[in-house]
Order: sequence, then C-alpha cells, then structure tokens
Amino acid sequence: MESLSVAIAHSLPEAILAVGALVLVLYCAIRGKDSDGPTTEIAVGLLGAAILSILLGAKTEALVFDGAFIDDAFGRFMKVLTLSGALVTLVMGQDFLTREKIDKFEFPILVLLSTLGMLMLISATGLIALYLGLELMSLSLYVIAAFHRDNVRASEAGLKYFVLGAMSSGMLLYGASLLYGFAGTVSFAGIAQAIGSTPSIGVLFGLVFLMAGLAFKISAVPFHMWTPDVYEGAPTPVTTYFASATKMAAIAVTLRVTVTAFPGIVPQWQQIIVFLSIMSMVLGGFAAIGQANIKRLMAYSSIGHMGFALVGLAAGTEQGVAGVLVYMAIYLVMTLGTFAAILSMRIDGKNVETISDLAGLARTDGVTAFFLAMMMFSLAGIPPLAGFFAKWYVFSAAIQAQLYPLAVIGVLASAVAAYYYLRIVKIMYFDEPAPAFDKPAFALRAVLAVTGVLVLLLFAYPGPFITASTAAAKSLF
Amino acid sequence: MSGLDILTGMVFLPLVGAAFILAQRGDDEATLRNVRYGALGTTVIVFLFSLYAYMKFDPRSADFQLVEQVSWFGSGLVYKMGVDGLSMPFVLLTTFLMPISILASWESITSRVKEYMVAFLVLETLMLGVFTALDLLLFYLFFEGGLIPMFLIIGIWGGKRRVYASFKFFLYTLTGSLLMLLAIMAMYGVAGTTDIVTLLKTSFPPSMQTWLWLAFFASLAVKMPMWPVHTWLPDAHVEAPTAGSVILAAILLKMGGYGFLRFSLPMFPDASAYFAPLVFGLSIVAIVYTSLVAMVQEDMKKLIAYSSVAHMGFVTMGLFTMTVQGVQGAMFQMISHGLVSGALFLCVGVVYDRMHTREIEAYGGLVHRMPLYAVAFMVFTLANAGLPGTTGFIGEFLTLVGAFKMNTWVAFFATTGVILSAAYALYLYRRIIFGVLDKPALRGILDLSPREVALLAPLVLLTIYFGVHPQPIIDSSAAAIDSLIKNYDAALAATKTASLALQ
Repeated sequence: MESLSVAIAHSLPEAILAVGALVLVLYCAIRGKDSDGPTTEIAVGLLGAAILSILLGAKTEALVFDGAFIDDAFGRFMKVLTLSGALVTLVMGQDFLTREKIDKFEFPILVLLSTLGMLMLISATGLIALYLGLELMSLSLYVIAAFHRDNVRASEAGLKYFVLGAMSSGMLLYGASLLYGFAGTVSFAGIAQAIGSTPSIGVLFGLVFLMAGLAFKISAVPFHMWTPDVYEGAPTPVTTYFASATKMAAIAVTLRVTVTAFPGIVPQWQQIIVFLSIMSMVLGGFAAIGQANIKRLMAYSSIGHMGFALVGLAAGTEQGVAGVLVYMAIYLVMTLGTFAAILSMRIDGKNVETISDLAGLARTDGVTAFFLAMMMFSLAGIPPLAGFFAKWYVFSAAIQAQLYPLAVIGVLASAVAAYYYLRIVKIMYFDEPAPAFDKPAFALRAVLAVTGVLVLLLFAYPGPFITASTAAAKSLF
Repeated sequence: MSGLDILTGMVFLPLVGAAFILAQRGDDEATLRNVRYGALGTTVIVFLFSLYAYMKFDPRSADFQLVEQVSWFGSGLVYKMGVDGLSMPFVLLTTFLMPISILASWESITSRVKEYMVAFLVLETLMLGVFTALDLLLFYLFFEGGLIPMFLIIGIWGGKRRVYASFKFFLYTLTGSLLMLLAIMAMYGVAGTTDIVTLLKTSFPPSMQTWLWLAFFASLAVKMPMWPVHTWLPDAHVEAPTAGSVILAAILLKMGGYGFLRFSLPMFPDASAYFAPLVFGLSIVAIVYTSLVAMVQEDMKKLIAYSSVAHMGFVTMGLFTMTVQGVQGAMFQMISHGLVSGALFLCVGVVYDRMHTREIEAYGGLVHRMPLYAVAFMVFTLANAGLPGTTGFIGEFLTLVGAFKMNTWVAFFATTGVILSAAYALYLYRRIIFGVLDKPALRGILDLSPREVALLAPLVLLTIYFGVHPQPIIDSSAAAIDSLIKNYDAALAATKTASLALQ
C-alpha cells in the first residue's frame, strides 16, 4: 500500500479544495459577517491553484486510496475543464450576486464543495467513490439552486431539483447495489472482469438503473424534466455553473463508468446511449424553438448538446471518447461565453432574460452582439467556428463505428437546432433596437471576449488541444 | 509545393481589408468614404492577384497548380490550396464580380455600411476558398462558412420578407450540407485523409459510392439549385440587396456545379453513371417547368431567379452527359450565367434604386428616357435567351450537343427550354423597356449615371466578347475536362470488367 503522501500528491487539487473550503468556513464563521467579503476572491484563488497543480504536477497514472481513486490523463483533462467552469462562474457571478443582494459568503464555499465532489466523481474508480462524489456535488448544488431564497422561482427550482435529484440518486444506488450483488465487487475493473462479455439479466438491470441515474445528471432525455425549470429559476450564475462545470463532471463519470466497468458488453450499453442521444438531440432541437426566456432556451440547448456529446460515446471507441472530450471542452467555452452575455442583460440595474430584450443589440452594443452571434453560430456548428469541430469529431467517430442512422438523425437535429440559434442572431441583428443594456461589468466583457476569440480562432491552431484530448481518451482504454 | 504563396494571399487578402474597415471609427461622411474605397480597393487588388495567378497558371496541364501545403491540425489534416482548369475560371469570375458588387452598393446601401462591406469581404474570402481548397474538410469550412455572411446580408439589408428569406436560405443549404459532411467523414474513414488529390485517386466501392453520391447530391442540388429543392432561391434573390443577388446568382450557385465537377463525377463515377437518368429528369423538369413559372412572374427579380434555375438545369444536364461537349458546355454555361444573371440583377438594381419597386407593372417605355440602359439590358436579355453571338448561346448549344449524343429525348425537351427562355426574356424586356411611357412616376427617371455605366460596360463587353470568341474560357478548362472524362470512362470500364469477371 502506498504512503499517504503519495496519495495526497496524486489528489492535490482535491486536497487544496477540501482544506481550503474548510478553512474558509471557519474564517467566515469567526469573522461573523454575512457578506462574502474576500471569500469569492479566495475561492477563485483556490480553484486557480487547483488548476495549476494539475497543469504543473506529475503526469503519471496512479491508483491511490485503496484503488478507489485514480489520477490519469483522462481525469486531469476533465478536472481542468470542471475547475475552469467553476472558476469562471465565480468570477462572472460576483457582480450579479452583489446586485441581487445575495452575495453571502456561503456561495463560494458551496461552489468549492460541489467542485470538490465533481473532482472526486471524475476520479472515482468504484461505485462507492462514485456515490460519495456524486452526493457531495449534488447536495451542494441543491442548496445553491435555491440560493435566492426570497425568490419564489428560485426556491421552486431548488426544491424541484432536490426531489428529482434524490429520486435519481435512489435509482443510481439501486443499480449500484444490483451490480454489486451480481459482480461481487464495487470496483469498475472488478465489475468488468466479473461480468465479462455475457452479462446476466441482473447486471443488465443494474446497468440500466445506473445509466438512468447518470442520465439525470447530464440531463439527457427522458431524464431532462428538471433542466428548463431549474435553469430558469436559479440565479443566473448558478445556471452558468449547472451548464458548465456540472455537465463536465457528469459526462466524465458517464464515460468512465461505461468504458471501464462495461467494456465487454458494449452492444448492451451502446443501445441505451444511442437512445438517450437521439432523444436528447431531437427534443433539445424542437423544444427550444418556442422558448421566450433565454435561460430556458439554453436549457434545451444544453439538453441537445449532451445528446451530441453522447454520439461520440455511442461509438464506444477510443476515437469516440476523444471526440466527446473535444466536444465538452468546446461546449464549455461556448457555454461560458453565452452566459457571460446573458449576465450582461441588465436594463437600469434590473435583470432581464427574455430573448426579445436582445432586439437590435447589434446597434446598441455591437461588440457584445458580435461575440454572442459567434457563440450562436458556433453552438449551431457552423464552420469555421469551434462548434463545428466539436461536431466533426463526435460524428466522425459515429460514422467510423457505422452508426449511420444515429449520425443522420443527429445532423438533421442539428439543422433544427440551427433554427433557434439563428433566431437569436436575427433578433440581435435584424430587429429594431430595444432599450440598451447597462454597461456590463469588466469581468463579463473579459470572459465574453476571451471565449469569443477562442471560438473564432480555434481552427487556426487546434494542435495542442487535440493532442491533449487524444492522450486523455487513450488513458481510459 | 509547400509553404504559403499567391493563392493564400489572394484568398485571405479580403480579411485584411475587412480589418482595415473595422478599424475605421465614426459615422461621418469621410469615414464612410474610407470604408467604401477600402472595400473597393481591396477587391480590386484581389482581382489583380487573381490575374497574376492566372498568368502563372498553365491551362495545358490537367494537374493541380500553384499548390500550397502546410500541416495544420494536430491530427493529420492539412491546409492545402491549388487550382486547376476546373477552378481557375470560377476564381476569376469571383474576383471580377466582387469590385462590381461593391460598386453596385455604393449609393444604395446607406445604413450600417461598415458591417455591409465587412460581410462582403469575408464572403469573398470564403468563396475563393471554396474554389481553391484542395482538402475536403477545408473545402467544407469555406463552403459552409459562406452561409454566415450571406445570411446577414439578406437579413439586414434585404427587402420586406428578408427574415423569412434569410432563414430559408440558411436552413435549406445547411440541411443539405450536413448530409454531405457525413459523407466526407465516411470518405475520411476509407481513405484516411481528406486530401482531394488523394481522394481523386481512391476508388470507393460501388455500393458505398451510391450513398456518398446521394449525400453530396443533397448538398449540391440545393446549392445549384435543382428542381424541386430550388424554392429557397427565388425568395433569397428577391429579398437580397442588389449586390447580394449578384453574388448569389453569379457565384454561390456555381459552387453546386463546381462540387459536381470536383467531387461527384470523378470520385463516384459508378454512382454518377447510375444516377445520370435521375439528374437528366430533374434537369428537364427544371428547364421546362421553371421557364414556364418565370413567364408568369410579376416581380423582375423573381423572374430572373426562376430563369437561373432553368439555366442551371442545362448545367446539370451537360455535366452528367460526361461527354466533352456536355461538360465543356456546362462549364461555359456557368461562367456565362455568372456574367449574364449578375448583370441582369444589376440592371434590376438600377431601376429599383430609382423607383423602389421591382413590380414589372410599374415600368414601361423606359427606352424613351433611358436609352443607354435599354441597350445594356437588351444585350443581357438576348444573352439570357441564348442568342448566337452572346455567351448564353455557346453554353446552351454545347450542353445540348452533349445531351443529344447521350439521349435525343433529353435534348429534345431541353431544347424547348431554349425557346421558352427566349419567350420570358423578351416578354420581360418588352414590358419594361418598350411601350408608351405613360406612368407619371417614370417621367423624370434618369439614364445610367457614370458609375452605373462603369458597372455594366465591362459585363456587356465580356458577354459579347466571349460570345464570339469563347476560346479563352474553353481552353483554360479543356485539359482538365479531358482528363476528367478519361478517368471517368476508365473507372466505369474497370467496374464493368470486375462485374463481368464475377459472373
């Protein structure tokens, strides 16, 4: 058994967040003030330190904590994405929370704790570790979904998310217990060995329940019901967090579970993933068309995008997983950029979130309109923007795996989705101007500009990024 | 063979111009002047670049020339550009029409001039990229990326139903192209590369060719456009601003024909032969049906739009005969249509700028007030009708000869289209130009301004020049077309031998 110092060295980002969050709680409790003071800044610092510890740390693969926790290239890739999502959320959200007078110190701390849960989830190599990570993440998320506690919609969102989330956890646990019962072990590698390529019916049941629980977290259809309400009701920074960091962790754990625990029964889980993927792409595309609230629209958009990401997983190959990783990274950039624009939607100090408020933005604030339009074209997958490459990688993987119907339905769904993204461009560029927005905070401008440039120019130099995701996918197989 | 050279410079120069325009601050007259001259200057320089490239280009060779190649992606994809006889004429057509389009927008575009010019310059980069890309993925980037500026051009500066038209344009084209994208992925899977030169040498299994052909057809037929997926075109044409219509008709439609020449015919010869009757059928319907539809239009732009569909029918028919005359004719018809339909849209723009209506009913007797205009319009009307001595004749004649060699019935029905095109073109001309000038609004209408003469004169000259002396265009693509047909016949013969051997 390895020494504790080795284990800590391999879980340094988690250690930073755990210790940091606990110290921060103590500090804030002793300080006795309600407002967040420097807590957000400290939390941002901790998240940044965690990212640096991954980027600068050892690049070796190691299984620590009695084989329950793995530090590999795949985990590091997804952790950097998750941490970046959380970090940018905190940076962007501070201004919003202050204006809405909910800038309590608990917010950054809860974000830290849920991010910690996500990191554990990404590195989990067994059902127990998976569940621990998942619950740490979810419990913190339930609280921050209802963080605006005097707001009816936010409370409703929190409650809804909690009830449905608890149910999905139950399903996941049920599936996990079936798997444990039939395989006799909780470790993914052990499960893979125990079931081989001829699963019993009990294992299949376990697999289905486990997938249902995970599908809830990635909000794949038919487990997506909570998404539009929670996205709309929760404070916008929380929505940003749900759409960015949470999705990264949920997709990561889905990839790891399917690929490492069930490599022998690819055809069995492939059909589940294909079903989830098709349903999500189609429903995401059609349901978003009628939305008037931009946060709701982004909820359906994210449902659709999870469907596209799952296309890569459905291929069940290393190439497919690499495609999903590319997809998630680009999706993260596009989501953060879009939410930076949504957070800037503020008239006379009041927050607005209907799509028609964007009317004529090209003439009142050309820069924001330009970058948001690029985000929309990119989300629609129009080349040469980054979103096109995301789709290119997952769909080529599906074509190589000969999943032709999935690929054809997928691209047609993306044409449907293009309609509602274009509608936003149309409202910003073709319509007569609505009242202008207030001057956005510097942080929002900066995030929008950086993500916009990434989306516009990724095609010029994608080399290192593709190399990293390929290496990450390799480590999983 | 490697490094970046003239083609890259030519393709990306408009982006430099766009950056210059974006750097202009302010909304006063002086800034707008800078913006307009900046755009015009850029497109003129690009045209000079393309002439230089043409001078270095050897039309007697069927190979790709001026090839540039640098590795680009981390994953084996490359940035590769080059031209051959099939693409060089389109490059010149694009660079030639761009300054004319900018000049056509000189006075008619008054709102958001900066954005307008930037959109056009970005569009030029993407169009030139389509014709010079020698990597399939790169081609797709340019092909599809062109939707964004065109969508904005129609949607922001278009007419009353601009929103509907822009969405229809975008979604139609996108849906078709996405299926082509899947085919590109499948080809990448088989050949392990998206390099067009390699793919041209790869022989895909016949069963796979069928699907690939259909996927490419979904995209190219929409772009072309072929009946029955042409319905986006009249809407887009009618609503787009004048210069947008010019570019749409003259260049964007040619991407469909270019795609057939570059991909469908050489890469999927068996499927092309198999589906040729389908293409003939659709082409004939397009020629006859849309000509009849054109005849009853009330809107000038719509009439020209339908006539474009009919003329593109000749192109698809000529291409799929896979005879030297047919393909030459199709190639010539595309260039000719680029000049003529572009010019016709400019002519509509001239009177639209004065009267702000495109209703044919609103005009009549213009010859009395606008003699110069009447002459220019007549040249293009006759070219549109395919009168000998204009470019329109050569293309139609050659495609009909090609079709006659393949199937006399196809040629028979297509020929009726020639008659119909004369009917609608002359009927339009009579209603607008001749007759009595009895509409009060028209009494004060002015003839062509010097700027408009400068726009139309080069097009008049080229329409007549290439009509009596078609050799430059035919020569520049002859070698490439010969080798295309030779390889096509060889591929079909090989499949035939293989299937005989199996029996």
